[in-house]
Parts: sequence; C-alpha cells; structure tokens
Amino acid sequence: MSDKPAVYAEGITRTFGDVKALDGMDLVVQRGQVVGLLGPNGAGKTTMVRILSTLLRPTGGHAEVAGFDVVKQANQVRRMIGLTGQFAAVDEYLTGRENLRMFGDLFHLTPKYVKARSEELLTSFDLDDAADRSVRTYSGGMRRRLDLAASLIARPEILFLDEPTTGLDPRSRLGMWQVINDLVADGTTVLLTTQYLEEADQLAQNIVVIDHGHVIAHGTAEQLKDQIGGDRIEVTVHDDATAERAARAMESVISGHPLIEGNKISAPVSGGSMVLVGAIRALDLEQIEITDIMLRRPTLDDVFMSLTGHLAEDETQRPEPTRRRGVRRR
Amino acid sequence: MSAITVGRPVALRRPIYGWALHDGFVVARRNLIQTIRVPELLFFSLVQPVIFVLLFAYVFGGAIPIPGDGASPADAANAYRQYLMPGIFGQTVAFAAAASTVGLAEDMSRGIIDRFRALPMSPSAVLLGRTFADAVRQILVLAVLSITGLLVGWRINNGLFSALLAYALLLFFAYTVAWVGAWIGLSVPNPETANTAGLAWLFPLTFLSNAFVPISSMPDWLQPIAAYNPISTLVLATRELFGNPTGIQPHYWSLDHAALYTLISCAVLIGIFAPLAVRKYRNATSR
Repeated sequence: MSDKPAVYAEGITRTFGDVKALDGMDLVVQRGQVVGLLGPNGAGKTTMVRILSTLLRPTGGHAEVAGFDVVKQANQVRRMIGLTGQFAAVDEYLTGRENLRMFGDLFHLTPKYVKARSEELLTSFDLDDAADRSVRTYSGGMRRRLDLAASLIARPEILFLDEPTTGLDPRSRLGMWQVINDLVADGTTVLLTTQYLEEADQLAQNIVVIDHGHVIAHGTAEQLKDQIGGDRIEVTVHDDATAERAARAMESVISGHPLIEGNKISAPVSGGSMVLVGAIRALDLEQIEITDIMLRRPTLDDVFMSLTGHLAEDETQRPEPTRRRGVRRR
Repeated sequence: MSAITVGRPVALRRPIYGWALHDGFVVARRNLIQTIRVPELLFFSLVQPVIFVLLFAYVFGGAIPIPGDGASPADAANAYRQYLMPGIFGQTVAFAAAASTVGLAEDMSRGIIDRFRALPMSPSAVLLGRTFADAVRQILVLAVLSITGLLVGWRINNGLFSALLAYALLLFFAYTVAWVGAWIGLSVPNPETANTAGLAWLFPLTFLSNAFVPISSMPDWLQPIAAYNPISTLVLATRELFGNPTGIQPHYWSLDHAALYTLISCAVLIGIFAPLAVRKYRNATSR
C-alpha cells in the first residue's frame, strides 16, 4: 500500500435540487486514525460518508480513498472499505451466517475463507447463538453488530461508520463502542459520524466539526475544548423565571455570554474555584435559591455551541436530504 | 466481546464463468431463500392461478366455444379445459413479472441495497439474481398448476419431450417478463406503487390474447393486436407442444410460427429491457 492518506477529500460539494448538502468540504484521515465527523442533523455527515463509500457522486470537488478516486476508481475503493450505515443493511429473511456468507461471496472471497471468517466474526460479536436464526428475530443491537460484522468480512483497511449507535439502547451502545475500540486497536482506519458529542469524545482522537456542509473546526477533543477557553460554571435554580434573574446577578462573575436552558444557566468563567464563591455570593445577594452549582471543564457541547451558535442536538428545521428513504431522494 | 484477530490477507476467488453470473447466482440464492422463509407469499402466488383454473374450467367453460371442437356440451366443456390450461400457464408466467416489480422496489427501499453497492460486485447482479430467482420460482408454480389441470381433465397428448419444451418456453417467457417487471420496479417511487404498477399492464396484456378466448372470436380490428401479442404466440406454441386444441387460427405470420415468434419476442424484450433496467439501477443508485 502507498503512503497516501486513507481519506483525502478536497472541496467536495453536493447538491440535492436546491439544497446544498455539502459546500466545500475538506477532509484528511491518516492511516490508522479514528476520525469523528461531528455535526447536527442536516450538517452533511451522511452525504460525505456516502460519497467516500462510492454510493453517491459528488457534484464537485475531488476525493480519494486509499489513494483511489471515489468516482473513477469506485471498484478499487470498494475493495478497501467497509461501510455500516444508519440502517442495518442486512437481509431480514436470511440468518446471520447466511448474510455473512452472501456478502463474503459477493466480495469474491474463497468459500473456505468466508466460512472461517464468518465463524470468527460471529464469535467476536456475540452472535454465536443467533447465527442460524433469521435476522427478523434479532434485536436492534444484534442487527447492528451483524451489520458491522458484514462490513468486516473482507478485512477492510478503512471502515466508515455512519452514526453507528443511533437508535440503540445504552447497553447496546456501550457494546458497540467496545467493538469499535477493539477494531481501532487492531489498526483499522475509522471514519465515524455522530451527532453525539460524547460518542466522538469516547471513540475518536480527532474530531472534525461540520455544519452547513463544511468544516468549522477540527482537532483533538482537548484542542477543541481549549479553543473556547477555560472552565464553565453551571447553576441550576428553582424555576425558569429565576434563571433569567440569576444570569443577570452573575454578570460580574462570568466572562462570556451565559446560556440559559430552562432553569439552568451555563457560562464561561475564568479564575478557578474562587469564581464559585463569587457566584454564590452574588446570587445570595439577590436572594436567589440555588438548587445546584458546579464548575466543569467545557464539553464538546460547549464547543459546538460556541462554534455554531446552536446546540448539536438541536434539530434544525433544515431538510435532511441525506436521510434516505430508498434511492428516490429528491 | 473479544478482539478481532487480524490474520492472513483476504483470499480472492478466481472467476470461473464471469463475475456478473457468479454474483447473480449469489443474489438469486438469497431471493430463493427468502421464498422458502416466507411460505405465505409462495402460497398465495399459487392460489391465484389455481383459482383461475377452477373458475374458467367450471364457470366459463361451457360458455366459451372453441371453433372446430366438440359437438355435445360435455365435449365442448372438456375441449375448453384442454384449450384453457396453456392459457392459464401463459397468464401465470406473465404475472410473475409483478413479483419482480414488487421485490425489486422493496429491495431498493431497504438499506441492503447500499451494502450491495458498496461491494466490489457486478452492478447487474442484483437484477440478474432477481429475474433468475423469479423465473425459477415459476417451476414450482407450473408444477402445482399442472397437477390442478390434470385433476380437472387437462392432458399432455404429445409426449414428454414436447411437454418439456413447452415448460422450457414458458420459463423463458417468465424470465423475459421478469426483466420488464424489474424495469418497472426501478421506475416506481416506492413499494406501494409497485404493487399497482406491477399489475396494471398485465391484465390488458394477458386478456388481449388467445389465453382464454379464440382470436377468431374477436372483432377484426383487434385480431392483429392479439395475434402479435407474444402471450398469444406463447400460449399457441404451448398448446401445440402439449397437443391441446388450438382452435382455428386466423392467418398471421406470428401465429403460423408461434414458437419462433415467441423466442424472437423474448430475445427482443430482454434486449430492450435488460439494458434499460441495468441503466436505471445504476442511475437510481448513484445520484
């Protein structure tokens, strides 16, 4: 293999009718890296992954995966990648083992290899007992695990995971994280998309924050946190009306714009724990009762808020053209 | 969960008869397994033609005279059953197209199509597999129909070899219309529409033929249309091969060379619809 980056994309654009899903997207993923593509719904994450995995042609720009052009050398790209999308892409009526066999056969692997590899994957993903049951009987978590196993049948060098844990219960999500971390430990290059900041923080050393179809920030989680400055104070008061008053009362203590959410106020501060004393004093002066008060390091949520002006979980009303219902996306 | 061991490099199989066929067979195997796993679907696809046999044999049988056959009413009814069965065979294999339409529309609306497309497999494999599996399924349907036919008095009069040729012709036709159905399945916006669109064209196609009534009984302007309808020639060729009554045919080239005309029609239809469907599949999925 060459020493080219696993993923190299420059100025990718993609429009769906009038909607600009990607607007000059740049992305580089080095071999062995785990990069998290973080952004709210409609930011263009899925569109980007679909372009890199040859499922969608870019309207403009240039992208290479493992050194191969995603448009002109689509089949070479397909040999190198595994893809796990938001919806389990396995056959409902086939058993887990039959699914793996089918995908292995379609990858043109020898039957002997497919058999051995299937057994290995079924065991690794805790699907031994369910291997000969029709996928219809699987739980959501089991489907996702089988889906991931199917992506790994040919030992791809580069794995694309599009929102790998969306819709999973917390226990299954932890299970998926474990599996992904194991893969990473084995040296697989992973590009994953997520709208969960916690997930990006957990899995990816490098995070690329995108919004409105282009990159707005990138770096390690720590770098991104440093980018928006120091600690934050979080105060919970009795009700929403009091929160407004409390924010005003603390104006002299905080060092930036406060964010009010219901009865919670969050604001950047500088000056360590003495800030807490000052805040309590200021609130006490206004006779505001504090339910909870704490000082914490900024989370990626805060990063996102300060970068985009809206929360990551915020379901913006923009259409999400990448959310597919079949291929008839218009 | 234990870690995944990275071992020897992936072993590539050598193509034996071309990847498109290989991949097509893999997809066909999947589609046939689906058939076995959802026996209800298979059951109901068998029920309809069987009901048609019984309806036509007992309800319409006495009312539709076959020119040149049977003097007494009992003879006439028996002659009609002989005449009818190949018609039902032809209609049934034509309706197999609807299964391709619905099946493909459903596939396209599911996530699995993305995985197929992200694999280095032949782009026509999904369609090859679908059409092939739908045609193979017709073997079972024809078997059940034949037994039903034998029970109501239909007979194979021309020997086993001719009968096998008749079945082969029917299956080839089933494979042909499966491509037309596949193309429709790729043209409709969702599986719900596929249900209607998949059937809409089949009723006029199968009834504007000699499947149930002799062409000579139709108005003059309609006769050439029915005569050049490949279903008519398929049914006529099948009647000849089974040694069933054909009635008196008006003279048209297609009817005089029924088997040949059917084969040519199938080749032309596949030649048109297979590339159309493959192109549609590529476009629909790579936008």
